[in-house]
Amino acid sequence: MAAPMLWWCCPGRRFAFARVGCGSWHRRGPPTGSTSTGKRGQSSVAQQPHITAQKPRKGDREWAAVVGLEIHAQIASNSKLFSGSQVHFAAPPNSLVSFFDASLPGTLPVLNRRCVEAAVMTGLALDCHINRKSLFDRKHYFYADLPAGYQITQQRLPIAVNGSLAYSVSVGRKPSQMVTRTVRVKQIQLEQDSGKSLHDDLRSQTLIDLNRAGIGLLEVVLEPDMSCGEEAATAVRELQLILQALGTSQANMADYEIQRQINELENGGEILNETRSFDYKLGCTVPMRDKEGKQDYRFMPEPNLPPLLLYDSGSLPSGADPQQVINIDRLRERLPELPRVTRERLVRQYGMLPEHSCALLNEVGLLEFFQNVIKETRAEPKKVTSWVLNTFLGFLKQQNLAVSESPVTPSALAELLDLLDRKAISSSAAKQVFEELWRNEGKTPAQIVAEKKLELLQDPEALEQLCRSTLEAHPHVVMDLKRGNPRAINKLIGLVRKATLGRADPTAIKEVLERQLSS
Amino acid sequence: MLGRTLREVSVALKQGQVTPTELCQRCLSLIKKTKFLNAYITVSEEVALKQAEEAEKRYKKGHSLGDLDGIPIAVKDNFSTSGIETTCASNMLKGYVPPYNATVVQKLLDQGALLMGKTNLDEFAMGSGSTDGIFGPVKNPWSYSKQYREKRKQNSHSENEDSNWLITGGSSGGSAAAVSAFTCFAALGSDTGGSTRNPAAHCGVVGLKPSYGLVSRHGLIPLVNSMDVPGILTRCVDDAATVLGILAGHDSKDSTTIQDPVRPFTLPSLTDVSKLCIGIPKEYLTPELSSEVHSLWSKAANLFESEGAKVIEVSLPHTSYSIVCYHVLCTSEVASNMARFDGLEYGHRCDSNVSTEAMYAATRREGFNDVVRGRILSGNFFLLKENYENYFVKAQKVRRLIANDFVNVFNSGVDVLLTPTTLSEAVPYTEFIKEDNRTRSAQDDIFTQAVNMAGLPAVSVPMALSTQGLPIGLQFIGRAFCDQQLLTVAKWFEKQVQFPVIQLQELMDDCSSVFENEKLASVSLK
Repeated sequence: MAAPMLWWCCPGRRFAFARVGCGSWHRRGPPTGSTSTGKRGQSSVAQQPHITAQKPRKGDREWAAVVGLEIHAQIASNSKLFSGSQVHFAAPPNSLVSFFDASLPGTLPVLNRRCVEAAVMTGLALDCHINRKSLFDRKHYFYADLPAGYQITQQRLPIAVNGSLAYSVSVGRKPSQMVTRTVRVKQIQLEQDSGKSLHDDLRSQTLIDLNRAGIGLLEVVLEPDMSCGEEAATAVRELQLILQALGTSQANMADYEIQRQINELENGGEILNETRSFDYKLGCTVPMRDKEGKQDYRFMPEPNLPPLLLYDSGSLPSGADPQQVINIDRLRERLPELPRVTRERLVRQYGMLPEHSCALLNEVGLLEFFQNVIKETRAEPKKVTSWVLNTFLGFLKQQNLAVSESPVTPSALAELLDLLDRKAISSSAAKQVFEELWRNEGKTPAQIVAEKKLELLQDPEALEQLCRSTLEAHPHVVMDLKRGNPRAINKLIGLVRKATLGRADPTAIKEVLERQLSS
Repeated sequence: MLGRTLREVSVALKQGQVTPTELCQRCLSLIKKTKFLNAYITVSEEVALKQAEEAEKRYKKGHSLGDLDGIPIAVKDNFSTSGIETTCASNMLKGYVPPYNATVVQKLLDQGALLMGKTNLDEFAMGSGSTDGIFGPVKNPWSYSKQYREKRKQNSHSENEDSNWLITGGSSGGSAAAVSAFTCFAALGSDTGGSTRNPAAHCGVVGLKPSYGLVSRHGLIPLVNSMDVPGILTRCVDDAATVLGILAGHDSKDSTTIQDPVRPFTLPSLTDVSKLCIGIPKEYLTPELSSEVHSLWSKAANLFESEGAKVIEVSLPHTSYSIVCYHVLCTSEVASNMARFDGLEYGHRCDSNVSTEAMYAATRREGFNDVVRGRILSGNFFLLKENYENYFVKAQKVRRLIANDFVNVFNSGVDVLLTPTTLSEAVPYTEFIKEDNRTRSAQDDIFTQAVNMAGLPAVSVPMALSTQGLPIGLQFIGRAFCDQQLLTVAKWFEKQVQFPVIQLQELMDDCSSVFENEKLASVSLK
C-alpha cells in the first residue's frame, strides 16, 4: 500500500514555510538610506565624525556646534565575519584570504557567531534595544579592494538600536568638576571591512591586500548630541573603554587614528554648516561623498543570508541546538562590569578622586595593575593610587611602554609600598628603589634597600650623634637660625639627611635638632 | 548499456556486466561522436578515466560507494569544479579554473560518480534556448532522431535538414542534451526560472527543480540567489530521486539550506491515486499555448481522473504578474552578483591600464555579452535609491502574492499541480533566434518561473511525442519540501504514459560499438 507514503512530508516543511514567511526576499519597510556612512577610504578602523551646525533661529546669533559620530570598531574575533579566514594583525599580504573573501564566484557568506555575540553584548552595554530579527544588505560600489563589488552591512534593520552612551566631561577649571553627559546611540550594525589598497604613484599601480577584507566591524552610530570636539572625543574614548571591557573589540589598533582624530576634534573650533566627514588619509574633514558625488549604493537585501534571529530565555525554541541559536539573556549574564560602574566603585571603595578613577581606566591594564598592588600591600589606597598614577605611569609614559611591558611587577611595587608604609624607608628612598626596580635586575625591593643601605635610621642614638655633629660643623647656620631666620632649620635638616644618606625621616630629624638647639 | 537508466546501469555495474572503465570509455566515445550537438564545453576525459579506474578498484574489492559509483555524469558549466575550467559560457570566465568543488559536485564525486565534463548553457544561465553562450548553441538530439526525421520526411520534402536543427531549450540545454543523447546517466543543471525543466521538456528527459533550500547552492555561480536551485536531469523519475537523495541536505557553506537531515530514499510505486488531489491552474491556459500541448495536458488530467484521483481547477490569480516581477528581481540580483567580475581577482581582464575605472569598464564590456550587460543595466536602474521603492520593493510584494497563491491552493487540499512545462515542442534554431533573448525568456518561462518565486519543487516529465515527433513534457508542482511526494506522483505518471525512447541509431555513424547488444527501443522507462 503506497498511499500512506504519499502523505509523508519531509520534516523540513514547517521550517521551510517559516523561511518563506520571513524569507530573505520578503521585506517590510522601506530602506531609509539614512545610515549610509558613504565614504571610501575612511573605512574600518576609525570613527568618522560628521559635524553639522544647527541653523540659527531668528534673532538668535548664537551658533551651536553639533557633533554626531559613526564609529567603526573591529570585532575581536579569530575569524572573519562571513568566512573562516583567520584574523591577524600584520600578517603577510593576502595570506588570510578565503575563497569567499576573494569573492570567487559561487561562494556564499556564513555568519560568524562570535561577531553576532559581540554586537549583542555591545548593544546591551549601550542600553540598546536588541532586534530579535535583523537583516543584512548589500551596499554596492566599485573599488579595487572590495572584491565582490559590494559590502555586506545592515542598512535596513540593524542588530541593535536606540541606546545611550554616558560619558563624563570636566567642566570649570578643576579636573574634579565632572559632569555626566549622554549621547543617544542610534544603532549598532554588523558589517564587513574592505581590503587595503596601496597606491604606488611612481609606477601608477595599486597593490591590493585582502587580509582585512571581510573582517567583522561594529558600526556604532551616535546621534548628533555632542556639542564640541572635546565631548565627542570623550564619548569615543568611553566607547573604546566599553568595547575593551566587553572584549568585543580591542579598539586599540586604531589608537593612533583615534588620538589623531581626537586632537583634530579638540582643536577644531570652526563651525561648518554642512555634513562633513573625517578622511584619515587626507587628515582633514571633507564633505561627505554622498553629497559630493551623488554616490548611490543601490542597497539590496543580501539574499544568501536568512534573517538573523535572536532569542531570549522566554522565546528560545524548545529543543533548539545551542550552537545554532543565540540567547540574549545568556549574553547579558556574561556582561562584565562596565567602565562607569568600575569608576564609581573605585571612588566608593578607595575614596579616590573621580579623575583618578578615570585615569586608572584610561590606560589598558592599569586598573588591573592597581588592583593587584592593592591586594598585596598594606599601604593606604590613596598612597597606591598616587604611586601608580604618578610614579609608575610616569615611567611608562616616559619610555612609551604599555602596562603589560612594565619591568616592575605589581608584587614588587606592593612590597616597596609596604616598606614605605612601615616607615622602613623614606619616600625619597622609595623613589630610588623604584628606579632600581625599573632597571629590572631581578632584585626585590628589600634587597635593593639592603644593598644601597636605604633603610631609615632606626637607632635614635645614631641620629642624635649625627645631629650633634652637624650642628657643630655648621655654626654659622645655627647663628643664622638664632638670629631669627626660620628657614635655617630646613637647611640643617637637609644637612643631617645628607649625612644619613637620606635614611632618616625629616620630621624625626627636626624634632632632634630642635631639642638639641633648645637645650 | 548506454541506453539504460542510472539505476539499471548501477545494477549492471554491481553484477559485473560492465566495468566503470568500459562505461566511461563508451560515454567518452559517444561524446566525441555527438560533438556536433555542442552539449559539452569541456570534456574531462582524463579525470573521468581516473575516477573510473578508482571505481573499478572499489568494485573489484566489493566496496562500491553506492548507486552512483562508477556512473558517468555531466555538470552544467556554472558549477565550480576544482581544477576543471568553469566558464558559464562567458568570455568573462574563459580560462577560469576554480580551486574548489561546488557542494553538489563534491557530493556526486564522493559517491564515486564519473565527471564526464561541463555542459553548455546560455551565458551565465541567462536564456531559455542554450543559444546565447560564447561556445555557440546546443543542438537538440531529437533533431536527429528517427522519430522526428520520419515525420519531417512526411511533412516537408524540400527543406535542408541540417540547417533545421532544433534548440534544446535552456539554459541547461547542454545537460539535457547530454542525458538525452546517452552521453551520461544524469546531469546537473540549474533552475532559476525554468532552466532545468524547460530543456528537459524539449529533450524528452526528466528535469527536477528541488525545493529552494533543499540542495546547496554553494559553488553554483549565481544568477538569482533567491531563486537558483541546482537541477537534476535524468532519463527517469527514479533516477532523479536517487540523485536528489544524494544531493539534498544541509550544507554549512550555504546558510539557506534546511537544517533538518535528509536521508537517501527510494520512491514507492503508487498503485492507487484515488486519494490524490490534482490541481489544474486555470491561468496556465494561455492563448500562446499550442493546441498539442493543451490536448496532452487535458489528456493527462483525464488520466488522473480516470484512475480515481480528484482533479480540480484551481486559481493562481497573480500568475500574469510573474514575468514582469521576475524581470525586476532577476535583473537586480544579476546587477549585484555580476559586480564581482571586475577583472582583478580572476577571469577576464582587458589590456587597458589607463585607470582602474577604465579597466573595469573595458573588462566588463569585453567579458559580458549583450544579454548580461542589458540585465546589469536594468538591475542597477531598479536598485537606484529613487527607484527602489517603485520597482524592487513592489516586485518583492508581488513575489509574495505569487507565493501565497500556491500556499492557498495547497492549503485547499491540492497535493500536486499539473501544468504544461513549455508552450510548445522545441522549435528550430532559425525560428528561435528571430526574437531577442528577453522576449523569448519571458515567453518560455511562463509556466516554470512562478515556481522559483515560491521556492517550490517541480518536475518536468516527458509525456508523449508531438505530431512532429518531438517530446512534450508536463510539469508537476509540489508543496515546499514535499519533493518526495511530488516525485512519487511523477513516477506514477511516467509509468502510465510510457514515453518512447529517442532513436538515435541512424544518425550516429558507426554506432554499433556504442550500442552493442542494445536495442534502444526495448529500453523501457518504468
